[in-house]
Formats: sequence, structure tokens, C-alpha cells
Amino acid sequence: MQINRLASGGRVNHAKPLNFSFNGKRYQGLEGDTLASALLANGVNVVGRSFKYGRPRGIVGHGAEEPNAIVQLGSGAQTIPNLRATQVELYEGLEARSVSGWPSVDYDLMSVMGVFKRMLPPGFYYKTFMRPQKLWMTYEHFIRKAAGLGSAPVEADVDSYDRLNQHCDVLVVGAGPAGLVAAREAARSGARVIIADEQSEFGGSLLGASSHVDQQPAADWLAQIVQELNEFANVQRLPRSTVFGYYDHNFLAIVERRTDHLGISAESGTRQRLHRVRARQVVLATGAIERPLVFAHNDVPGVMLASSVATYVNRYAVLPGNKLLLFTSNDDAYQTAINWHKAGREVVAVVDSRMAPGGDLNQIMADLNIQLYCGHGVIEVVGKKRVKAAVIAPLSVDGSSIIGQTLRLDCDLVACSGGWSPVIHLSSHTGTRPQWSDQVVGFVPGESVQQERSAGAARGTYGLTRCLEEGAAAGAKAALAAGFGDGVVEFTAPGADEASQEPQQPLFLVPHSKPTSRAPSQFVDFQLDVTAAGIELAAREGYESVEHVKRYTALGFGTDQGKLGNINGLAILSKALGQTIAETGTTIFRPSYTPTTFGAIAGRDVQSLFDPERYTSMHRWHEQQGAHWEDVGQWKRPWYFPKPGESMHEAVNRECLAVRNSVGMLDASTLGKIDIQGSDAAEFLNRVYTNGYLKLAAGKCRYGLMLKEDGMVFDDGVTACLAENHYLMFTTTGGAAGVLSWLELWHQTEWPELNVFFTSATDHWATATITGPNARKVLEKVCDDIDLSADAFKFMDWRDGTVADVAARVFRISFTGELTFEVNVPAHHGRHVWEKLYEAGQEFDITPYGTETMHVLRAEKGFIIVGQDTDGSMTPQDLNMGWVVGKNKDFSFIGHRGLNREDCQREDRKQLVGLKTLDPKTVLPEGAQIVVDPSQPLPMAMQGHVTSSYYSAHLGHSIALAVVKGGHKRIGETIHCPLADGRSVPAEIVSSVFYDPQGDRQNV
Amino acid sequence: MLQIYCPYCKQTREEEEFSYAGEAHIKRPSDPQAASDKEWGDYLFFRKNPRGIHHEMWQHSAGCRRYFNVIRNTVTYEVLESYPMGTSPSEQPAHAATISTAGELQ
Ligand SMILES: [Zn+2]
Repeated sequence: MQINRLASGGRVNHAKPLNFSFNGKRYQGLEGDTLASALLANGVNVVGRSFKYGRPRGIVGHGAEEPNAIVQLGSGAQTIPNLRATQVELYEGLEARSVSGWPSVDYDLMSVMGVFKRMLPPGFYYKTFMRPQKLWMTYEHFIRKAAGLGSAPVEADVDSYDRLNQHCDVLVVGAGPAGLVAAREAARSGARVIIADEQSEFGGSLLGASSHVDQQPAADWLAQIVQELNEFANVQRLPRSTVFGYYDHNFLAIVERRTDHLGISAESGTRQRLHRVRARQVVLATGAIERPLVFAHNDVPGVMLASSVATYVNRYAVLPGNKLLLFTSNDDAYQTAINWHKAGREVVAVVDSRMAPGGDLNQIMADLNIQLYCGHGVIEVVGKKRVKAAVIAPLSVDGSSIIGQTLRLDCDLVACSGGWSPVIHLSSHTGTRPQWSDQVVGFVPGESVQQERSAGAARGTYGLTRCLEEGAAAGAKAALAAGFGDGVVEFTAPGADEASQEPQQPLFLVPHSKPTSRAPSQFVDFQLDVTAAGIELAAREGYESVEHVKRYTALGFGTDQGKLGNINGLAILSKALGQTIAETGTTIFRPSYTPTTFGAIAGRDVQSLFDPERYTSMHRWHEQQGAHWEDVGQWKRPWYFPKPGESMHEAVNRECLAVRNSVGMLDASTLGKIDIQGSDAAEFLNRVYTNGYLKLAAGKCRYGLMLKEDGMVFDDGVTACLAENHYLMFTTTGGAAGVLSWLELWHQTEWPELNVFFTSATDHWATATITGPNARKVLEKVCDDIDLSADAFKFMDWRDGTVADVAARVFRISFTGELTFEVNVPAHHGRHVWEKLYEAGQEFDITPYGTETMHVLRAEKGFIIVGQDTDGSMTPQDLNMGWVVGKNKDFSFIGHRGLNREDCQREDRKQLVGLKTLDPKTVLPEGAQIVVDPSQPLPMAMQGHVTSSYYSAHLGHSIALAVVKGGHKRIGETIHCPLADGRSVPAEIVSSVFYDPQGDRQNV
Repeated sequence: MLQIYCPYCKQTREEEEFSYAGEAHIKRPSDPQAASDKEWGDYLFFRKNPRGIHHEMWQHSAGCRRYFNVIRNTVTYEVLESYPMGTSPSEQPAHAATISTAGELQ
């Protein structure tokens, strides 16, 4: 039963009822309703519970400013938390629930217990953070459950979202009267225009107005201009689209809600679209939000914004109460009382804080016989879950004190207006400081720092005619600045039927008979339960900066960013500090204007498209062999190849033993490869590597370390001389892109005189590594044009030849310590050659292995992995790799001078060593800390940490690499690794080379 | 999201095509081995970090892969000028007009 619905009127379709549910109860609304208007039509008073005190809360506003009616829509994968009911369009079958209130909004345990009021005084967050963090965790769990902050969906989102990159000449934000005429003026010049508005239809304040424009009802004028815009081919109209962020260089982000209004399970295409717009010029016509008045118990359901009451009456044909009392400090709000009266319900009284208001509307009120109390204020509202009465009192001229007897007036709806606050959020995003205006009684946009201008109520211009004039001028100027038209406005603002108005009175806190600190709660920020007393307390406790007060009281911290409460809060603070609001200043708004879904921001970049995946040409073969995968950068590399029933441990042990005893094969295609050419290529390599390259002959390879200028290792790898002035550099898989940029940086900035060129060749080649004592026998079967004998083809040589009928480069380099051939073929032949090698290896039981086995085998040899055994603070000497550093190079290679720093000479630097646990079966966790005495008191003196740790099947015990202070001189010492589970594992410091220390096996 | 002019491609492109590469015009001591610890330390570690005009290097990493210099205001994020390696900025920033404060406001 829609008890508060008018039989006709408004912009709703009275012939089209829609069923919906709220907090489990079924209701009916109309097409064209928001969830909020439908709830009000049904007489639903309580829509949420307040954050701290658990007080019942009702709908206050009708748009983005709504602080109380925060709901969660739907359930499962498509649920959306933290939506404002005032912005949710009603659809058939809509299911919503409050995000607050526990166990329910009608019976809130917290308020009954009064728990939060004692637990959460102002400064709660601040003080809690000052305590041990553990306590905060306890609080947070409790607060979330009790206060309700909505719950994020736990299932994958089934909807699809799109992202568009767009350019335009003029972007108009807001399609109220100023925005509409701005768009029309800009469009006439031929500029490409985008006009976006968060509401379902264009019109802004005119949608809820009863006024006339150009001698016709506002609705008719609106229909006409919207029609005009439709006819421009150069105008893109975006209703249901929130411009939520204004970023650098006139980059704005718009989220367009395409199907949300059709229902949660819309299958009609893309749910939301993110428009990333680079606009030449921007017109901000974002309007203004009415300011509530702060008085005792002003949060009781039934206290609403005056403009919102008028909007519900005019746009939605809903009367959210029976007996209206209007409380205002300006003329504008009188319209609400007139609308209410004309809708046929009782206006109990109009209470105006000003002594002698005398505008035109005042006269109309008198003609309608509406009771007016001038120089009065509502000082307190009576009621718990709904307003029952208002207590009014005569106020002093400046509104700061009560000067006479109070009077109680029965009513169930208090509409209040403390003036208007321009919506300066987007302007603030640009970095400009908002300016306080005594005339506007609000903050207006600061000087533009980007290509934008504000128009209409967004810059404090009120009155329809002036808004239209300003909008048209802004549109024409924006077009001109973008290079279109002549800046002359073709349009003359139609005479809107505007009443003359008297100046408003700044009234930020209505006095109470008791002092603020002892008066019943006077709410400033409804969403976070910030009261006037709380702000005064902050000032008394010494907080002067508005940014500190914000954090101390949580003023403006909610999902509404204090759209209603900020100005009143700043004013109360200013008064307490004895300064002007301009002196206090304001906190800065940041994106998003209203909460934005992750779906819209992610667009299509989800699941398999979240990050590109790189496959080698042998990928499908690995897949067919049942490989388990490891992600290395964007590459998918086989981790290990388990046989049926094998655990990872068993598979890795088998793979390791196969390499040591016979032969294994590894897909090494992912190693970074940079082709380097030019007459100065050798000289260049000589400068970027620690060791010498000038004498590296064609057919030879050399292992090198690359350092940063501070002397720290940042990449390693082998470089082969392919021919005179032609080299191929191998980098680590993860370091490839960074190394290329590094080489380019030095060439282009320091040594542009060197003739050298770099080309990434990583994807051009597929690499099959054949390693183990039988490697030569395998390769011989498929390669007959290279002499593979130990004498003809030595370790660290490479040869051109043919492998499995494919032209190949074969490198004798080894990362396992065994006899190894790395067969490189053009990538598209990779799988063919791989399969032929696998076939050839069958008689030796050739075993494909993955990255885990590769890691174990290299650790047995003490070969480092840059980024695992190094962390950007390791020199070659720390790694016991001083042999890679050329002592007698002419040129001071990168990092050479850095190595000479005093700090690099310290003997107690962390140095790479091996660790052998006393219990051979215990495998230390990587990252484990190393101490000398495990029974010393906390905090213990750290000696270093474990960088790599594995079980070596071949050696029959665990092995670990570690960095230990002065470790090279501590071989033989026993150290301890205290673990998180309370155990402490003793281990002996040993050489980092566990296997074949002479390196004989790779030379055979 | 900045827009940056590449002086080699001669185009203004989106920030995501570029990589930041640190402060510009830092001179590597011509003979590093002869540099004192103080000189080397200054070269290696000390950067300006100004509030306002900053000269910095960017690489057009998803474009021509060239490094170039950029004058950027670290407060307003205006990009005032891009100019090739080994050259000096002009007296009158050349590309400022297209991307920053041109056009009259309000
Ligand atoms: Zn370029």
C-alpha cells in the first residue's frame, strides 16, 4: 500500500507498478521511482542504523548526497554494496537490504546496549591507532559486524564491463539547466561535445521543480532542449553516467551504468562502461547540494532536506509525511512549503531563522495562510523512529543564542534548509584550492589550473535565469578555447518565473537551551555520527588544522565524503577556534565522487586477460605431458612434469637424478635474448659488464655480471660473439626488458658516440637445453654437421649447424654443471626440434624437467639466481664471484667505482655461503633468519638469511644457499635458524658449491 | 595521466607509452676512478626532488624507445617542454602552449 503516493503527477508512470523487497519485506513502487522514493511512498521510516550509536536513520536527501540510505543490492556474484537508495532506479524484482543495523535496522543491538557511545568517543581512531595494533584488530572485527559497511561479493562477477578511450572538444559535466545550455552552445560551434549526468534523465534540478521557464512548465522546456541536443550529430549524451574523477592534463573518468536499472540479472549486454576521456575543454555544471541544519536530534527519521521533500513531491508524486514543518535560513526553501500545501497536506509552520524575511515567496505563504515563525529556530526534534514534534525557540539576530520561551509543534516531517553548497568536488580534483565566499555562504571553485570552467550553481550562482546565462556563456567560451565558434552566445536566457529573494542567513549550528557539550546530539556528519560536540571537543583537545580534525573526528570520512556535513563541520570548528571559515580552509575532495565499481575500472582486463601470458613454442607439448606451471614474469614455464601418482617432491627428485645420471631436457626459450651489433659493440659490452669482452672471438661465449653504478649485481648471463661486431646477449627471464632499457639508457645518454644497436630477440628463438652425461649421444643422433667431440666443441663455445633438419645455433653453456648443449632454433621450429630431440633421447630415458629441478641442480653447483640469491645489495665479491671482475680493463665499467666505496670493502658484509643442516632431511624454509645463539633474548642479533633451499636427491641431504655476515671466513661454523613454529634448526656453514667443485663434469 | 610530447616521434602521446627514467642532466664524472668519494656519492645518490620545475628523463618505451628530456612541474604536473638528449631546453618552452595554460579561463 503506497500510503504516501499521490494519485497522479510527477515523472513516474502510475500505470506501471513494480514489485521490490527491502530488508526481506515486499513492497510496490512505480516505474520512474528510485528505491528511496518507493520506500518513502510506502511509509518506510527507518532505512539504516547509524555507524557508532546505532540510531535509527531515515532518508534525508534525493541524490548523491544521501548519507543514511546505504543499501546492498542483490546477492551472490552480482551483489553491489554501498549504493545510495536515492540513486538506485527501481526495477521489477529489485532486492535490497540495509548495510547497517545488526541484527536488523528495526532492532539494533548496539543501540540497545549503548555500547558504541561509550566505546567510540571522538578521536577513537586516532587513539586506537596509538595503542598496540592488536587491539585495533579486535575493534575492527566488532565494528564491521555491528556497524555494517556492506559486503563485497565473494564470487566472480558474471557481468561484462567495457572501457572506452575517447577524445572530445568540450566535456560538459552535469545536465541541469546550466549544463544543457552549455552543451547546446558548444554544439552549435561544431565542437565534439560529450554531456554526462549521473541521473537517469537529463534536467538536474528542473526534474524536481514546479517552476516555469520561458512561460512554459519546466518539464516542457526541458523536453525541448533535450530534443535539440539529440539532433546534433556532434553531441554524445551520457545519462546514468557519473564523472567521478578529474585527473591531470584534462583527463576525466566517467562510469556509465548501462543495465543496472534493468535489474541485477540483466543479460542485455555490457553492464557498465568506463569512459576515459581526454577533453580539450571542460564545463563543470555540477550544481549544488542543500545544506542541512544542525540541531538536537536532527537525525531522527522524518528530518529531510527541503529540496528533497520538494523533489519527492514534484518528481515522484510522493508525500514523505503528513504534517510538514519547514525550517529555513533562506527564501529558496519556501517553495517546498508551497508545493506541500498545493499537494494537499498540512503545513504546520514555517520557521525562519531570519528576523524579517520579505521576499515574494513570503507573500505567497501569507496568502496561503501558512503560519510563519520569524527569528526562530528548531532547537530539537522529538521522536525516535519518526519525528513526532519539533521544539522551536526565538533566536538572537545572529542565530547564536536562544532569547525566549520554547514552543512544541506537533509534526511528522521537518524539511530543513541551511542554504546550498556548490558541488566543487571535480574542481578540487584538479588541485585548485576551493575559495570561501561570504556571499555564497559556501566554498566555490578556486582559480582554474586545468582547461575547465564552472557554471551555474557549481560556482555559487543561484537563480535559474543567471544559471542559464552563465551556462550558455561557459559553453561558448569552452568551444572557442577548443578552437570552435567565436565565443559569442547566440542564446538569450528565457525569463524564468523567479521570485525576488532576501539574503540568506549563515546558520551552521542552531543553539540549544543546554551548551553544545551537554545538549542532545546535534549531528553534523550523519554517516559517521560526528556531532557538533565532537568537533568542539577536537578543538578543545588542541586540534587546529582542518585535516587533523577530519582524522580525529572522522568528519567527511564516509562513503559520502561528507557531502552534507562538511561545511557545517568547518563552520563549527572555525567558531570554536575563533577564526573565519576562510582561515580554517577545507579538506580536499579526491576521486571518486561517488563509489565506483571495480568491474568498471577493470573492464575486460580480468581472468585470463588480466595480464598477458607468454607461451613458448613447445607450450602445448608441455601441456600434453601434464606439466605443472610456474609463472616467471608473464611467461608460463613448466615447473615439473609429474608422472601419474607422483608428488612434486617425487617428480623433482626423479628429474634431478635423470640429469645427473643420464640426460634431461629443459625448455629454456624464455631466457632474454638481445641481439647487439655495430662496430663498437665489443667496446660497449666491455663497459656494461664487469669482465672483458674485447678479446671474445667469434664462436666463443662468456659469462658476465652486470652491475649498477653502486657496484651491486643486477643481472647476469652469457654473451656469445656471433661474428665480428655481432653479439647475442642472454639475460635472465625476468630481467630481459629491464636490461634492454638499461643498455639503451647508457648508449643514448652517456655514450651516443658508440656505434651499436640493440634488438630484442627473445621471441625469435626457441631453446632446448640437453644436459647430462648422455647429452652428446642424444644430440649426435639428430645433428651431423657439427663436430660435437670434446676437443672440437669445447665448453663455452657455440657452433652453427643443423639440428633435426633445422638451422640451429648450439651453445655449450651449462646451468646444471653437466655436459650441456643449448639448441637454439627459430621459434616456429621449436616444437619440431624439441620432439625430435625427445625421440632421439628415448634410449637414454631422456627426462623433460621444469624450473624446480633447474633450481635444485644449479643450487647444487652454487650458481646464483639474480633476484633470489641477490637483492640489489650484493657485490660480485659478496657472491664470491670476484673472478668475473676484470682487474685490468681500460675503461671504468659500470659499477667499478662503486665497488671501491668503503662500504663495499667491509669484511662483515653479507656474503653468499652454503648451509648444510645437521639433520640431513630438514629443508630450511627460504627466508629463514640466521643467528648465532638461538637462546638469546629478543630481538636477536641477525646474521643473515637463507636465500635458496632444496632437498638434493643426488647428494642425499638438504642444501641451502644463504647470505651471512662475513660468511666467507666462517666456513665450518654452526649457526641456527629460529623458525616461526618455534623450532630452531642448526646448520653448518659450508662452501656454496656442493657438487663437483672442480667443474669437471661440464667440460667432458 | 599525463600527455607527453616525444621529440623524436614528434607526437603528443599518453603517459602509458612512456617510462620515467630519473632526473636529467646528471653528469657522470669523466674519470670515475679519479672521483673523490664525495663527488661519486653526489653523482650516485643525490637528486634534487624540487617542488616545481623539474628536469627529468623519460623513455618512449612503447614507441621509438628513445630517451629524451622533459621539463615538468611537480606541483601541477604540467609538462612544459620535451627536448632531445644532448640539447638544452629553449628559453620559451615550445610545447607548453598545446598542453598547459593556454586559452582564457572563466
Ligand atoms: Zn618516440
